[in-house]
Amino acid sequence: MSTRARLVMFLLAAAVVAAFFSAACAHLPPFATPDHPYGERAVAAALERRTANVVSAVNFDIRAFDTLGEESILFGTVLGATLLLRRARDERHRRPVAERVMPTTRLFATLLLPVTLAVGVYTVAHGQLSPGGGFQGGVVLATALHLAYVAADYRALQKVRPLVVLDVADSLAAASYTLVGLAGLITGGAFLQNVLPLGTFNTITSGGTVPVLNATVGVEVACGLICLLAHFLDQAVEFTGPDQYEKTGDR
Amino acid sequence: MTEATLLPLAVALPLLGAALLAVAGRALPRLGCDILATTCASAETACLALLWTRTDGHLATADLGGWPARLGIVLAADPIGAGLALLVAVLILAVIVYSWRYFDEPTGEHAGAFPALILLFEAGMAGFALTGDLFNAFVFFELMGAAAYALTGYHIEDPRPLHGALTFGIVTSFAAYCSLLGIGFLYARTGELNLARLGQQLAGHHTDMLTVVAFVLICTALLVKAAAVPFHFWLPDAHAVAPTPVCMLMSGVMVELGVYGIARVYWTVFSGPGGIPHAAFRTTFTALGVLTALLGALMCWQQRHLKRLLAFSTVSHVGLFLIGVALLTPDGVAGTALYVAAHGLVKAALFALAGVLLDRYGSVDEHGLHGRARNLRLVGVLFVAGALALAGLPPLGTGLGKALAEEDAARWQPWLPAVFVTASALTGAAVLRAGLRIFFGAGPAPRRRPDQEETTGQGEEPEIRSPQRTAPPTMTVVPAVLLALAACIGVLPAAATALAKGAAVFTDPARYTATVLALPQPAGEGNPPPAADWTMPGVLLGLLSTALAVALATAAVHQRTPELSAHHPAARAVRTLRRLHSGHLGDYLAWLTVGVAALCIALAAQT
Amino acid sequence: MGTWVFLAAGWVLLTALFGLVTSRNLIHAIGCLTVAQSSTYLLLLAVGYRRGATAPVYSDLTPGTRPVVDPVVQALALTDVVVGATVTALLLALTIQLHKRHHTVDPQSLTGLKG
Repeated sequence: MSTRARLVMFLLAAAVVAAFFSAACAHLPPFATPDHPYGERAVAAALERRTANVVSAVNFDIRAFDTLGEESILFGTVLGATLLLRRARDERHRRPVAERVMPTTRLFATLLLPVTLAVGVYTVAHGQLSPGGGFQGGVVLATALHLAYVAADYRALQKVRPLVVLDVADSLAAASYTLVGLAGLITGGAFLQNVLPLGTFNTITSGGTVPVLNATVGVEVACGLICLLAHFLDQAVEFTGPDQYEKTGDR
Repeated sequence: MTEATLLPLAVALPLLGAALLAVAGRALPRLGCDILATTCASAETACLALLWTRTDGHLATADLGGWPARLGIVLAADPIGAGLALLVAVLILAVIVYSWRYFDEPTGEHAGAFPALILLFEAGMAGFALTGDLFNAFVFFELMGAAAYALTGYHIEDPRPLHGALTFGIVTSFAAYCSLLGIGFLYARTGELNLARLGQQLAGHHTDMLTVVAFVLICTALLVKAAAVPFHFWLPDAHAVAPTPVCMLMSGVMVELGVYGIARVYWTVFSGPGGIPHAAFRTTFTALGVLTALLGALMCWQQRHLKRLLAFSTVSHVGLFLIGVALLTPDGVAGTALYVAAHGLVKAALFALAGVLLDRYGSVDEHGLHGRARNLRLVGVLFVAGALALAGLPPLGTGLGKALAEEDAARWQPWLPAVFVTASALTGAAVLRAGLRIFFGAGPAPRRRPDQEETTGQGEEPEIRSPQRTAPPTMTVVPAVLLALAACIGVLPAAATALAKGAAVFTDPARYTATVLALPQPAGEGNPPPAADWTMPGVLLGLLSTALAVALATAAVHQRTPELSAHHPAARAVRTLRRLHSGHLGDYLAWLTVGVAALCIALAAQT
Repeated sequence: MGTWVFLAAGWVLLTALFGLVTSRNLIHAIGCLTVAQSSTYLLLLAVGYRRGATAPVYSDLTPGTRPVVDPVVQALALTDVVVGATVTALLLALTIQLHKRHHTVDPQSLTGLKG
């Protein structure tokens, strides 16, 4: 199809879709409606389970099975990136070289590293109490580690990043979410049943299995993300493609 | 074990297996990974087989987390859903055994990554088949998608798999976001996500534009997955280039899950008052099915790239499945379920046999391989048997499924069996033609130079790196077993009877709602299970399509089909059609938009 | 604001689709896909909004004193974010390898699969 024909066909179809979409929006309940039946039931159920952050209660207790699928997607992506970004047969390995960093950058990143780590751990640990949780905290933790790359260079990052350990930890964390679910099945009678003591409302141990699942997801996201970024960084820093030998002179 | 245990276990087992393989793959030798993967797949097959026997004629449910349906996620399996999950498990087991020592890469510490991704793919498909929650279905849809994109692009040294995987990934993900918008619309209207409760709440509203648009948007992702025309363009591109074991899964069962999703969502949510009227759904989706079946068959006949040919035959058969579920009768569902099961086994076997060719000759080009595989006699015989099964030869399972579905279709529109016969005869003939040429050297060697709008099957990356070793015996044993299973489905009445009972449950939304929501069961017996036996017209139509396929294939092999001049209108039309399959992402998404617009117009005009 | 918020979701979706259809760069196309996904966040969060409501977090809020927005759509949006980010990562990995082999990321110059 020519570019023009494609564009005309698309614009006509998109106009029809836009008209139908607008017509559908006109039948939606008014914006900011007070009527949220599922939401209200979820709030009541979360308070009954002594979980202050209702979003975490939905994610890790009421609809914990969704999150099982979600963290499996993340796990699958890490595996998929491992497969896709492997070293091809005609590629060579190259040693990363030391790079110069501006002293201010180094200072800034060094100062920020402990702060970021602390924020990450806090966000994961308080997922059932305050906004945040395993996914958000895990991302912060993974970012913290990469400050080493900013502060020094790739070789410094490699030193603080034991990839084998992280990769195994990622798989084990993914498995432990399922295992917590099976524990609920064995002791409580239903898969992902919240079987732990619920604790006191608004304390760090409240919510039964919610903090446990939160922590497994936090570990998985942090480790998985570091591994994922490692595969991408390897592509940029460590691999030389078939037609780059001449440029680098590294055969 | 109770049903409430087996249902979540069906998803948990492959997830655990995947994590185990990812860890153990670092230390275990290749053989250890193979054994571990086979054990996991066998355990899952056993679990689902047990579940399938337990669901005999009723709906099994599991409240996850102990939450009732008004709060949490409920897994719900009738014999159709559990049967589809069982088909997934059987094919996964077949694929894992087939790919024993098939791939040498990646070696070393990532040896477990490939089987681990296959198991994640399995978890996604099983979860999608068993869930009773709309948003949860979206999550598992994405899980199977993510695993499938990575597996499709497995051969990173060749640009074509990467191209196919990217097209597949972008089109499917975009369609999934459309579905999520549809889910958002439905949530705004009803405040529910559970399928049964959605149906219940929708009954309190009138059918309006919101219902229509929400339904079309939700169907978008499912139609893309099912590869209905004009949402199908990604499928031949992805299937032609994915590793053979992955093709077996995608063509065998992943595509069919799209059809299942449409039927499940329609019956549980939209079939009642406040949904989409039966007549509107029936007409629209039958039209879509007829278009898909005929276009797929025509394109299938035109191919010389063997895997692409098989991919278009899948498109054609999906059209027939769409017609089957669009009839909205227990008979149609029973026939389609049987057809899907048998077709999945046969198609996986055919892809597996094409994989043997790829392994031996590094090519899947029908013309280039003419007569070269004469010494692979057993493979050739199996391939021809697979072709006849596609054409619907009685008493194979594909023949029975086709007979039941077309008989029911004839009750509504007497001309519909002609579509079934045409599509199965053309696809069967195309596969038979390729088989006769490649394995038996029949007819003169084709000399036609490749068109500009054509993908040849030459110069493929061989999937195995050591050409001197002999092909592992599992590569022929697995397709033979799959074909035998497809024959069993047609000959032994047990499977057909169980699926017929399942079809009665599947098409009874009142009973589904009552079971999932733990309400008192509605009075009465429910639908009687439809008959699922061979009948005289069914056998005759099956023989007719097989005879047509054989006649067409022999005529084509001996080049006795009329050669149209390049300026003949029919030849031009075919060329235009082929040119539409351009491999261009923008074209495919423009067609997707056209499809969504057409569905909106068609359904809005009838409500 | 009325229905404008919902209409904005449709606008974002169609704009992203326009970008995808006319894209000459796969990285740009994957970016467009992310934009398409933001339309789902917009719709979900708009559906869950309630006038004068605050976040559904009770660590510093006595239950019953103030209305809260629908926590379910927030959880759905969170799941959606993770799904989108991971799929983007996979697609980018495919693009990197494609660029190595094909030396281009223009979808219109990929002609290996057709007919």
